[in-house]
Order: sequence, then C-alpha cells, then structure tokens
Amino acid sequence: MPKDGQIGPATKRREDVRFLTGKGRYTDDINLRGQAHAYFLRSQVAHGKINGIDTAAAAAMPGVIRIFTGKDFEGIGGLPCGWQVTDKHGKPMLEPGHPVLAQGKVRHVGDPIAVVVAETEAQARDAAEAIEVDLEELPAVMDMKAAVQGGTLVHDDIGSNLCYDWGFVEENKAAVDEAFAKAHHVTTLELVNQRLVANPMEPRVAVGDYDQTMDHHTLYTTSQNPHVIRLLMGAFVLGIPEHKLRVVAPDVGGGFGSKIFHYAEEAFVTFAAKAINRPVKWTSSRSEAFMSDAHGRDHVSKIELALDAEGHFQALRTETYANMGAYLSTFAPSVPTWLHGTLMAGNYKTPLIYVNVKAVFTNTVPVDAYRGAGRPEATYQLERVVDKAAREMGIDPIELRRKNFVTEFPYATPVAVEYDTGDYVATMDKLEEMADIKGFPARLEASKKKGKLRGLGINCYIEACGIAPSHLVGQLGARAGLYESATVRVNATGSISVMTGSHSHGQGHETAFPQVVADMIGIDASQIEIVHGDTANTPMGMGTYGSRSLAVGGSAIVRATNKIISKAKKIAAHLLEASEGDIELKDGKFSVAGTDKSVDWAGVTLAAYVPHNYPLESLEPGLEETAFYDPANFTYPSGAYACEVEVDPETGKVTIESFAAADDFGNIVNPMIVDGQVHGGIGQGIGQALLENTVYDENGQLLSASYMDYAMPRANDVPFYKVDHSCQTPCTHNPLGVKGCGEAGAIGTPPAVVNAVLDALNRAGHDVAHIDMPMSPARVWAAMQK
Amino acid sequence: MYAFEFERPKTVEDAVAALKSDEAQALGGGQTLIPTLKSRLAAPAKLVSLQGIDTMKFVKAEGGVLSVGGGTPHAVVAAEAAKSYPGLAALAGNIGDPSVRNKGTVGGSLANNDPSACYPSAALASGATIVTDHREIAADDFFDGLFTTALEEGEIITEVRFPIPEAANYQKFEQPASRFALVGVFVAKFSDGVRVAVTGASGDGVFRWTEAEEALSKSFTPEALKELTVDDSDMIEDLHGSAAYRAHLVKVMTGRAVAAAG
Repeated sequence: MPKDGQIGPATKRREDVRFLTGKGRYTDDINLRGQAHAYFLRSQVAHGKINGIDTAAAAAMPGVIRIFTGKDFEGIGGLPCGWQVTDKHGKPMLEPGHPVLAQGKVRHVGDPIAVVVAETEAQARDAAEAIEVDLEELPAVMDMKAAVQGGTLVHDDIGSNLCYDWGFVEENKAAVDEAFAKAHHVTTLELVNQRLVANPMEPRVAVGDYDQTMDHHTLYTTSQNPHVIRLLMGAFVLGIPEHKLRVVAPDVGGGFGSKIFHYAEEAFVTFAAKAINRPVKWTSSRSEAFMSDAHGRDHVSKIELALDAEGHFQALRTETYANMGAYLSTFAPSVPTWLHGTLMAGNYKTPLIYVNVKAVFTNTVPVDAYRGAGRPEATYQLERVVDKAAREMGIDPIELRRKNFVTEFPYATPVAVEYDTGDYVATMDKLEEMADIKGFPARLEASKKKGKLRGLGINCYIEACGIAPSHLVGQLGARAGLYESATVRVNATGSISVMTGSHSHGQGHETAFPQVVADMIGIDASQIEIVHGDTANTPMGMGTYGSRSLAVGGSAIVRATNKIISKAKKIAAHLLEASEGDIELKDGKFSVAGTDKSVDWAGVTLAAYVPHNYPLESLEPGLEETAFYDPANFTYPSGAYACEVEVDPETGKVTIESFAAADDFGNIVNPMIVDGQVHGGIGQGIGQALLENTVYDENGQLLSASYMDYAMPRANDVPFYKVDHSCQTPCTHNPLGVKGCGEAGAIGTPPAVVNAVLDALNRAGHDVAHIDMPMSPARVWAAMQK
Repeated sequence: MYAFEFERPKTVEDAVAALKSDEAQALGGGQTLIPTLKSRLAAPAKLVSLQGIDTMKFVKAEGGVLSVGGGTPHAVVAAEAAKSYPGLAALAGNIGDPSVRNKGTVGGSLANNDPSACYPSAALASGATIVTDHREIAADDFFDGLFTTALEEGEIITEVRFPIPEAANYQKFEQPASRFALVGVFVAKFSDGVRVAVTGASGDGVFRWTEAEEALSKSFTPEALKELTVDDSDMIEDLHGSAAYRAHLVKVMTGRAVAAAG
C-alpha cells in the first residue's frame, strides 16, 4: 500500500491551507515602492477609424504621469501569434497585426486606445475620461458567414475576413463524399457552440518593474506560463533578451486557458515601467475582463454522419465557421484545427472523415483556447450527431455507440492521431452501472407523476492531452516546442526543491508533484517543495494547459529524479563499499542487496554536499539534476458520461437530476485532485450547456458584459456528481502512465446534458431535433411550442 | 466611483434637509446604487445615507396591516413578518443573496422601482400605502414605469403599510444570470377581491393583471385562469426571453401562486 503523500492516496492539498485562509499571494497583492497605476481607455464601438486623439486636457489632470497612445508603440512589434495554420490550398493563414495599443483603428469593444498612467487608479481613470478621441464609426463585421463573402473588412491590409480555409484531411475529401453518396442513412445537424467567457475567479493583473541600474525588467502577471510570456514578449514585442527580463506568475486564481496568452496589458506595463522609470500596475475589473480576456468556443458547424443499415458509421463530414475575433490571439489558429479536427473520430472507428474549418475575423474580442479548446467543440458535434442518428434510426444510443467503438489499440484514426490505449467498452460498462441505466424507466415514471419530463443523455469522449510532441506540432504549424522541464535540487539534509516549468493555478501541483518524487525515493512528501511560476528560478518550461502538467511536466520530474537516484546510488555504493549494481533504494534507504549494510537518504545527500568521504575523482559533488521531457505522442483520456434531467413542461426550465462520469485517465497520482478536476469540469460543462452565453448585438455591442446577463453556474445549478476513474488503461509512452484529467469534464459534459434534454422532450412527444446551447428555459420552452 | 460628499443623518428631518442640496442622492441599502456608482454610471455630489435613521427600521403588525419601516432590510422583514404576512416574508427572504437581504431595504427597492425587482409586486398586489416624509401615496399611484415613481426630488420613503390579505403568495421565475425576476407574480386574496401584480415582465414595470383579478375574485383556483391570455405587446424582450415567453410565464406563475396560496 502506498503511504499518504506517495502515488495513489488522496493526499490533502497543501496549498489549500493558504488559499482557504486568505494567505495566497496573487499578482494584485504585489505593490512596489513608487508604483504608478495604469488605466486603459478602451473602445466603446466595435469598429472605427481613429482620426485623432487629444490628450492635452487629460494630461493636465491631477496625478497624471504620462499618457500613452498607439503613437508610442509605432515601430514596436505587435502581439505575436504562436501557431501558423496552412489552408487547404497550401497557403499560410492571413495574419494581421495585433498592436499593443490601437494603430489608427479599433476593432472590437474593449480594444485599447490609450493608457493613462497616474499616481492612483482613480486619477488615471478620471483622466482617461478627459481624453478626446475623434472616432469615425465603421460598420461592424459580426456574422461569420456574411463576413467571408466580402463587404467590410476587419483588417484592410490583409484583404479578406477569412483567416484560413482548412481541409483535413484534404486528400480524403473525395472518398468521404463518395461514401456519403452511397450511404444507407445520413444524419445531418447544424449547431452552434456558443462563445464563452472564461471568468476565472481572479481577473488579470500585470505589474511592470524596471531596474535602470541593471537595465533589467520584471513583469508580475497572472499567467499560466511565465516562460512563454517571457519568450513572446521579450523576443517578439519589446526586444528584451531573456537575461534582462524576469516574468513571475505567483499564485494565480484560475485560468481555464484565458491566462495562457500574451496580452497587450503585459507588454504595456513592462514598456511603461521603463518609459517612466517607475513600477506600473494594472488590475482588470470584471467588466474589463469581459471585453479584454480572450473568449472561448464560438463555432458554427454543420456535421453529417453516414451510416450503413446496421448503424455502422461509414463516414463523417463537417464544415465549421470558427470565430477568431478581431485579432489572432496567441494560439487561436490551432484551436479549431489541430485541437479539433484531429479529435473528430471520437471513440469510434469511422473509416472516413473530412473536416473543413473556415476561421473568420469579426469585430469581437479575440477567441482562443478555453478549457478543452477545440476538443469540446469536436465532441459536441460528434456526440450530438450520433445521438440524432440513434433517434432517426431507432437504435438505442448506448447500443449505437458500442457498435462503433474502437476496440483494438493502438488505433490510427483517419484524422492523423494514434490512440495508444483505451477501453471504451469498460468505461461504458462502468457508466451503465454507476448511472443505473436499467433503473431509468422507474425514474421516468416518478418524474411523470410530478408533472416533469425526464430525459437521459449519454456521451462518450476522447481527448488529446499531454500537449504535445514538439516534432509533430512543429510540422502542424506551432511556433513553439511543447516539452516540459524540471530541476530536482536535493539539499544537503535530504530535503528537495523541485523547480518545474509547469504552473499551478488550481491544479494542485504543490501536492501531486511531491507525491511522485516521494514515491520514487521513498521519503516523506513533506520533505519536498515545488517551486514554480518564476522564470528566475525555474528551468524554461511551457506552462500549464491542455491537461499536460502531470503527463509532460510530471514526466520531466520523473526523469530528473531518476538522474538523482542514479547518482545517489553511486554515492551510496561508495559509502557502503559496494558495487553500484548491488545498491537498492527502498523506503528512502540504500542497501546492498543480500546484506544488512545500508545508508539512509540523508546520509547520501549529506555526503554529496560534504564530500569528505566521496569519490571525487569520478563523481562531482552536489545533487541537482535537470531534465526535459518531450512526449512521443499525445495522451488519450476517454470516458462515458450520463446525465439525467427533468424539464418543467410549463416553463422549459431544466434541472439536472443526476450526473455520472466514468473516466479513464490512466494511472492516478491523487484521486481527490482528480475528483476535483472532474467536478470543476462538469460544472463548467453544465454552465455551457444550460447557462453561459456571450451575446453581441448586430453593432458589436457586448450585451452579456456582466454577471447581470452572463449566467455562471452556481452551486444549486449542479447535482452531486458520481465520478469514477477506476477504468485505467495506462498511457504507454510516459513514465507515469498518466493521461491528464483537467479538461475531461468540460469536454464530456455539454453533449450529455443536451442529449438528455432532447431525450426528455422527444419522449414527451415533442419532435425537437436540436436546441442550441445554452438550453435556457426560454429556448427549451420555445422549442416545445413548435 | 467618483468622489462625493457623504452624510449620515440620524433623523428623517435631517435627511430631508441634507437632500435639499444640489445633486444630493439618498442612499438606502445601496444594493443598486453602490454598483451603479462603481460603474461610474451616476455621479451624485452628495450621498445621504438613511441607514442611521433608527425610526425607519421596524416591522409591526396591527389591525390587519403590516407596517415596515422604509429602512428595514429584507432579512428583517423575512424573519419578523413570517407569522403576520408569510407571503411577503417569503418574498423578502428570497431576494438576491444573504448579503443583499441584509443590506437592501424595502424603501430603497420601491424608490428604485427596478422593473425586475420583487418588492414592487408585493406593494401593488397588497394595495400598500407608501408613506413618505410628508405624505401618503397609494401603491396604485406610486409606480410610474421603469425606475420611475411618484416620489418627488428628495422625498424619502419612511414606511410602507401592507394590508394583510387572507392568503397570498409570490412566485418568482428567475432570470438565469442575475436571478432577478424574469417574471414574478404576487397574488393577494382579500375579503373584497383578489389583486395580482406582475414584475419583471413588462416594459412599463410592475402592473396589475386585472383580467386575472376578476377571474380569481370569482373563483380563487388556478383553473379560473384557464381561458385567459396575457397580451405580450408590452412585454420585455431580451436575451433571456421573448415577449411571448414572458407573457406565457405570467399566466404560469399566477397559477402557481394561486395554488401555493391555497
């Protein structure tokens, strides 16, 4: 049995002590001596030409230090895009500039026009109101399908609103079309995966600091990946080499993807701190977050599934319009393509698949990765069309899924990825048991007696996590490597500091990573600390997103720890006067096989740093190792979810009565953290399915710009979940056999909920094929009136 | 928030005097006004807090009337009116969240007359009398469209007198984001007839559904509403629901209120 603190047990999260007692240290808690405050004057119109900016009156206001406009950033690099997609004709995507502050034009409500830096935030805001902007409003480009037909351009210089027209796999298109022409049955569905705002609990904050004596910059920022920010901002925006730029992301209150990207505010405070030679701080308000944090999803899709008479999937074809917003955010182009098209096979052995994605510029906030990033969009389409096909063909939805499951691994999909392991039959078996599918008819009757419509929704998902093999993503257009790094520093008395390039903003790394190291060495986890979030004291890593931290970052830690163990065995062999090959490490003790000679962990580590009795001629003193790990493949977590809902037939209100999730995450380090990740993901998935919606009007005004109109899921919107991750097919290509669990809930949940609501309506005699999310009471009621 | 002067008088008279200065604004529990100020959507020169006026905080039931001081928080009404006027107490106990209920006041809610607020429906359905620093206004004459009331500049609601009905119930269908009423219906049955007031639904603010009142006065049963329809021409249409949906909900919520009132 593993001990608490090693791999396997539900060790309590050590970071929660400070988070739950208000002792977390977030970016907004950082206040530097002499700090000035920045306030961003943002566009109130979606699209407009800036004819002039008069800052004279504002500059004379109390406390104003300096006012910056686009002019100050002429000749300075714009915010870079980290992924280049090649279209179906082999041409690179259109890539417009993304200035730090607007250059002549504003392109979405919230686009920054000018920044006032003043002694206080209130003074900066007062002065910003006195800035006069001569703005000529232009028609807003809002509808994606119309936008690609011509008319007003979001970016005049690139000549089109179509960023790219991507075909995947283009060579398969003819065969796919032919399969559809011959199919026994074709199910077609048009749907919208609505735009969401990530809404982490902590809004974004950035503090720039500059040390003139050393010509050295420091940026404190709410980031999921400080090294990536240092690289992007240093190399591509401000031209600051790494040794002159430190980026610190301290405690971060959630990100969900929205804190991956490099934002204008980060570049601004870094730039301005040098310009005025004082620290500059910016703290986003919640209102500002709605119009400046990258949004998620926003796909309009048509999906078609071809089946034979028995229900075997023959071919799949999709066409998606993916909203990029006004500019390309850091990883935006990859989301609807490589994180979406590659997942269209799902859990099924569909032999022929063709995915077309048109990425479109509109006068809206840029869209980028949000929990799941592309994979929820793929799963939603696929699982909705499968459910519709089941209804059309009169086949039980579980049976139809089982009939088409991939059952042999490794499995090469027709969309370029190879699943290493999985057991979709086992997760579905587990789900049927957990969710008591057999008992549904009785529950249906009970609901009927209460005057409620009950429905059961099933969903399966597969995701590609552990992002990502660098050689592969390099071929796919990534402009970054996606390995991870770790330095394991063993101190003289045996305590250990693990410096990781992963970043924890709610994932529990400070607890889970020590469990891995403690398990490998056999010492107590309390002897191990995790250091992360500061480019000054961690090796260059790529951060946390895409359910990658344990699979990729954890693997780097394993690798570095193995190097440590290997060296420690050499030291132990010397101390025990034995041959290295005879040294065994167990429970934190090195012993000579077959003897009672041993030395404990601390004895070895002390020898490494006090090398009086030490093989100095053949071994360096000290015990510190760094490793980088680049995965050989993605990992492929999968699962089966079941949701039961009740619909109030009079009001259309949906309540979730039960929710069961059977996930296969491979090996599990800390089941409590995994439960928490799944719970959070399901909550967000329910939010998308029933509540959340980002709504613009035709003029590009954001109607859902606060919590008065943007509905976040709350505790009483969700049921007590049943989650299980006992179905484990370990990943075959990373040392821990782990797959990643951070996004599963957000991917697997929306289709389960939507399928359940449609099941309820159809069982009650309403012939409703589809309702777009969020399935608000008003929408469900309207669907029942038809 | 812009800078403003702040006064916290202890008497109604001092508050009235303070409110006579230029661009002065009364502050009740601040549950609407403070967020409005934070968003810089209002810029009063002076805020006159009514929270220091103890004579405006009370709940008492006497002679078939529940009197509530204008500065009484919702949570206090929820607790203290539970026996005398349970329908009203339940409404008060389901406004917003605990923070809102412990700060927000009945006077503030009625003076603000948010078209989605709960209290205006109770005042109108109960046939309440709104007592101010210098006069009494019948609820039927008080509400005057969105965020507009019969109150004059600087006039303070000191008390609200709710005639206690034989039976009453409030049914709120929540807007999913704000949890204000997408449609809220307060039904009050008196010996001389039934009053039905609807909040959340109409572009003109709270209103009485007189057809339902007539039908329910004859027969206080949900079935009495069966033949009625609600005209949707004045209903609010927004991203949370169409006019037709709101009109439909008015009828559904009225029926549920009648059923719950018994």
